[in-house]
This record gives sequence, C-alpha cells and structure tokens, in this order.
Amino acid sequence: MSGTFVGMPAFPEAAHRAVGDRTLRGNLRHATHTIRAKRAGAVAELSDWAALREAGRQIKDHALRHLERCLVQLEDAVTAAGGVVHWAADAEEANRIVTGLVKATGESEVVKVKSMATQEIGLNEALEAAGIRAYETDLAELIVQLGKDRPSHILVPAIHRNRGEIRDIFRSEMGAWGRPAPEGLTDEPAELAEASRLHLREKFLRAKVGISGANFMVAETGTLVVVESEGNGRMCLTLPETLISVVGIEKIVPTWQDLEVFLQTLPRSSTAERMNPYTSMWTGTTDGDGPDTFHLVLLDNGRTDTLADPVGRQALRCIRCSACLNVCPVYERAGGHAYGSVYPGPIGAVLTPQLRGVQSPIDASLPYASSLCGACYEVCPVAIDIPEVLVHLRERVVQGGPVTRDGAKVILKPAKGHAAERAAMRAARWVLGHPGALRTGQRLASRARRYRPRTLPGPGRAWTASRDLPALPTEPFRDWWQRTHGEDHRPAGTEGNAG
Amino acid sequence: MRVALFLTCVNDTLFPDTGRAVVKLLTRLGVDVDFPMAQTCCGQAHYNTGYRHQAEPLARRFSEVFREYEAVVTPSGSCGAMVRDLYPRLGERARTEGRGDILATTVAPVVPKTYELTEFLVDVLGVTDVGAYYPHRVTYHPTCHGLRVLGLGDRPTRLLRAVGGLELVELPGAEECCGFGGTFAVKNPDVSAAMGTDKVRNAESTGAEVLCAADNSCLMHIGGTMSRLGVGMRPVHIAEILASTEKEPLVV
Ligand code: SF4
Repeated sequence: MSGTFVGMPAFPEAAHRAVGDRTLRGNLRHATHTIRAKRAGAVAELSDWAALREAGRQIKDHALRHLERCLVQLEDAVTAAGGVVHWAADAEEANRIVTGLVKATGESEVVKVKSMATQEIGLNEALEAAGIRAYETDLAELIVQLGKDRPSHILVPAIHRNRGEIRDIFRSEMGAWGRPAPEGLTDEPAELAEASRLHLREKFLRAKVGISGANFMVAETGTLVVVESEGNGRMCLTLPETLISVVGIEKIVPTWQDLEVFLQTLPRSSTAERMNPYTSMWTGTTDGDGPDTFHLVLLDNGRTDTLADPVGRQALRCIRCSACLNVCPVYERAGGHAYGSVYPGPIGAVLTPQLRGVQSPIDASLPYASSLCGACYEVCPVAIDIPEVLVHLRERVVQGGPVTRDGAKVILKPAKGHAAERAAMRAARWVLGHPGALRTGQRLASRARRYRPRTLPGPGRAWTASRDLPALPTEPFRDWWQRTHGEDHRPAGTEGNAG
Repeated sequence: MRVALFLTCVNDTLFPDTGRAVVKLLTRLGVDVDFPMAQTCCGQAHYNTGYRHQAEPLARRFSEVFREYEAVVTPSGSCGAMVRDLYPRLGERARTEGRGDILATTVAPVVPKTYELTEFLVDVLGVTDVGAYYPHRVTYHPTCHGLRVLGLGDRPTRLLRAVGGLELVELPGAEECCGFGGTFAVKNPDVSAAMGTDKVRNAESTGAEVLCAADNSCLMHIGGTMSRLGVGMRPVHIAEILASTEKEPLVV
C-alpha cells in the first residue's frame, strides 16, 4: 500500500470527484446492490435475528465496560499458553514493537493476512522504512497493494475495481513482486483467482514471519479468532515460524461462548453467508503445530479516549462486518476513498473522527458525510446508532466541548469555518422562539415571491446547482388560518411562549 | 376529539396547501382541528446540524404549546420522528449533563400523543378508506424517518390503495434515501444530487404521473430535481391526495 491518507481533501471535494467517475460509480453500485440484497435474504432466514443483534450489543457493551479487567485476563491467558503480549498506546509505538520483532528474527519479508489495525497504523510503510517487505495475501488486499492503491472497503478493499482493471494490474505488476501473472491472463474470475493463488503460494512457502489481525479475542481462554473466506489467512497463521498479531483492544469478548453470537451475525452481515468458509482460532503456541513464536500487540491508538465518551463509545462495538457500507447511499456514490481513512462508510464517519480527532478538514467533514437516513443503524448487527453518533460529532465540530485526549480531559474549540452557520442557527432559533417574527418573515417572503431566483447566493448555491426552488405561496398557512378561523381558539392554558 | 395540527415551519412557510388539506381531511372525518398560533418549529434542523443546545428551547416551546391537546398531528414523518424519537433523548442528555429534569419532564407528556398523519388516521381514527378520490397513477416514496424511525410500515400505502380511482405503482428502490437530509443537501451537494437523480429516474420508470410522500422536505428536493431534469411528474403530499374528493378534487 503506497498511498496514505494524510492531506486528504474534505469529504465533499473528494466525493465530488468520485461522483463524476462513471466507472467507479458503476462498480460500486453493482457491488453494493448485489450484496445488499443477499444480506437481507441471509438475515431474513434467521427467526431470532433481533435477539442475536441485541445479544451482540450487550456482549460488546459488557466487554467495553469491563475492558481493563478483560484485557488483563486475556494477557494472563495468552502468556500462560506460551504467547507474548505487548501493549501499544499509539501507532508509533505499535510500529516500533512490530518492526523490532521482525528484525529480531533476522528476516526481511513478511506475509500478512488482512488486518485493518495494521492499515490504521501504517505498518507496511513503517516496515518498508526498516527494510522489510510486507506481502498482502488477502486477494483484495493483494489487488490494492499491486495497484499502488488504497483500500476502499472494509471487507472488499478493491470493491472499486472491476475484473478488467484487476487483470491489467496483475499483468503489469505481479512480476515486480514475485511470480508474474500467467501468459494470456483473461478477466475470468477463475483465472484471476488461479493467478493470485500461484503468486501467493510462493510467498507462503517462503515466509518465516506472518502478521495478522483478529476479528475477536476471547478473554477467558486467550484465544484469537480470524474469520475469512479464502483460506489465505489460514496459511499466514499456520505456515510461518513467527506470528505477530496486531489487534485493537476493543476486539475482546469475555467468554468463549460469546462467539456463538458473532459467528452467526458476522458472516450473514458481511458476505451474506450462513457461515464463513474459514474460521481460524489459536491460543498461544503448540509444539510441532503452527508457529513456535507468537506475539500479540494490543493497540489502543485513541480507543480508550473514545471509550470515555458516553455517546460515541458505541462505535467501539463494531465488528467490521461492512453491512453499513453496503447499504449506505452516500458510500455508494462517494466511494471509500473519499472518507480518507481505512475505515470508510458510515462506521468510518463516526470512528475515524473519534480516533483521530476532528481537527483536520477531512476529519471535521466526516460527521456530515451522511443524510441521516438511518439505513446503517437498521442493518448494524451490534445496533450502533450511527446517526446519533454522527449528530453528536457534528456538535463537537461546530460547538467544540470536552473530549478525552491521551487520557486527559481537554476542551475543544469549535472547528473553523462554522461561524456564519452558527450565527444563522442562532438567528433562526430566535425567530422560531417568536412566532410574530416568524410571521413577519413569512409575509416578507410571500411579498417577494415574484423574485424567485434560479440561483441562490452563498451556501444556497449548492442547492440551486442541481435543483429548482419551489414557488413561494401567496400566503403562509398561519395567515390563511387566521383569516378563516379567527385569531385564537386554543383551550385555556396553552399560551405558553417559552424560549 | 380535539386535536392540534403541528404543521411544521417548512410547511407553514412553503407548503400551506398541505396544511389546508390536513384540515379539510380531518374535519371531514369528524375531527375538531385546532392550529395553535404559538407553534413554530420542532428544532430538527438545529439538532441535526449539531446545535443541540439551540434545539432544546424549541422542544420546550413545542411541548408547552401542545400540552393541552388530546393528540398532535403532523404531516411530516421527519418532524414527527424528531418529537417522538429525539425529544426523550434530548431530555435524557440534559439530565446526564447535570442540567436537571426540566426538559425531560416538559417533553414527556407530548411525546406519546404526537402522531404523523397516516399513523393518526390508521391507528387512532381506525380508518384506511378516508373517502378520497384521485384518478391518477401514483407512486409512493417512503421517506427515511417515516420508514425507519417512526416505522410507518404500510399505513400510507393502505390509505392510498383505498383512494377511489387511484392506481398505485411500486417505486423501484423505494427505501433508498432521496438525498435531501436537511443540511446534507447543501454540505454535500454532489452526493445529494446524485441520490436525488437516481430517485427521480426510478420514479420516472414507473410511468406514474405523481410521486407521493408524507414529507414535503423530501418532496421539495425530489420535485426540484424533477423540475431541473425536465421530468414531467408532480410531487404531491399524501395529505393532499387523501383530502381530494370527487366533489372537491385536488387541483394541481
Ligand atoms: S458499524 Fe455495524 S454494520 Fe457497520 S461495519 Fe460495524 S458492525 Fe458492521
């Protein structure tokens, strides 16, 4: 992965480009609509979906409430099983730990199974700077890496690419990374899969170090779980001599039995499968079987700070199923890159500004990257009320307020560029608190109705660029009511004029 | 039954016909309708744009203005959702922020008695055939807040099916957002326009003359897009269809 997200333009500008890209929109539309319909079918098959969703929510909330205890229990269990646990407060520390561990093995290449945590911290770049080459082995990640691209989806990082583009990337890039693409490769899915298999097999058999993420960590047993479709992850987890797993601390569940819920909800929500093809679980090391050295790097990187926020913390329940991306009408048009983060779509719009803060233009624009239609909340298997968090973060952007940063409470200043909006909101609030003023305004507008403009000035311009304004009525409703029904015939005691 | 019409500030200012239709319809069904002149706005625009504290006095005002009525009816799914779903949360947030119970206790009585129009007709009045006549081919767009927050379900389409002369045709991708989203339409104009265009193209494919919804904000966005794209369809609020009769047809 060569691209980084630093210096991304704000969401509206990034989305502007994506909306104008016909191929991209076609690819995204096709992919999201297909998986959306399949997911709905897979979910409808279970009569107890609502109960599973509620159970998932509760398990995650419980784990987050007792996070510290769960993590210590996990550390003890992993250590007892022969693993080594490392704690990383931020990206830099995590990269330093992993780079050091790889160097200690004397190796200069590693195979990786898709891990969003390592993307979040920019591990590949850090390894490269230390002279270590990281090979992505998840098919979609491989496409992204070979294409010198960035992932644009949680589960299908190359969702923005079609088959023809993938064939071209394989043909031109595979040779530089290892085994080249077979002669005369076409865009048939089976041929593309075979090309990647041959390319990757060579890497699996050679690699001495594997790096992974995990979907879940079980506190009571110290077990890590990776859920995948291709089996490439299993190769990474079992063939190398050393395995290093980098996992966000929120991925913990208290007990083994808790997995029963997520192993049902995750595959149905993400790939619309009743069960995912490969579920790999490992607990420390086992003599003569799998890696003989295992390191677990527990990553905080803004998570404990997020946990301190009573509204925003629900985002940490996320099991990265990507259902919210697939159903989101904004993601469908803007594409994953517009979010400027490894976590795109609705969950990215609430998670990223919490992990990174709302200071940069892209992070300040993410809470607005939604029409609040609520489709994401409806599909989320752990019931994250994404619209609620979006609005909460908008408040943080426009008004500032208390947040936790590196464990300390700080008061954020409002982000720049909202002064005019704030003033307008205040003025509107005043008018709406005084019905007489509202009425005067309505009458003035009605009188000026002949001058209905085609283009509005200021922020309104965006509206009139693609839509026509409605005609103003000759008379607002309240004037009509008064003319036909008289001044006021409310029951006594309703003259309240609060505000 | 004495009910108050909460028209919403947008309808009051821009779509008074919808208000007149609600009054006509409810009166025809024997409901005594009042329009408390002290009403203004539910505060949704403030809340959704991140100005929660500015929304609070508007929630309080709303609750005081409508306190005495048996029921409050609004022809707007999203403003109905603001009252029913978000007022309790506003009260709760104020409480957790140490600002006392005042907001929570003020809003509590109006929350359960505030109804979106089609809910009120079907659930409270118990009617699906409101005696309307509207001889047109109509497609229905379920707006997001009505659909997902209020859970209006098939209430609107049951009402429409009972309308004399009306042919209801299914809208492809009906449950997809039209792209309005309040300030979203201004803050992310390109995505909003792309969503609106897709909605209009889907509506066009039905061959309907009229696209109907229970929220004028969405209709304004869809209608504005139709007008700009030169699509010969009319956006019409469901209240206006339900108010239309053979003797007094809706003139558009
Ligand atoms: S927020 Fe919910 S729907 Fe979205 S990826 Fe996370 S778990 Fe899945």
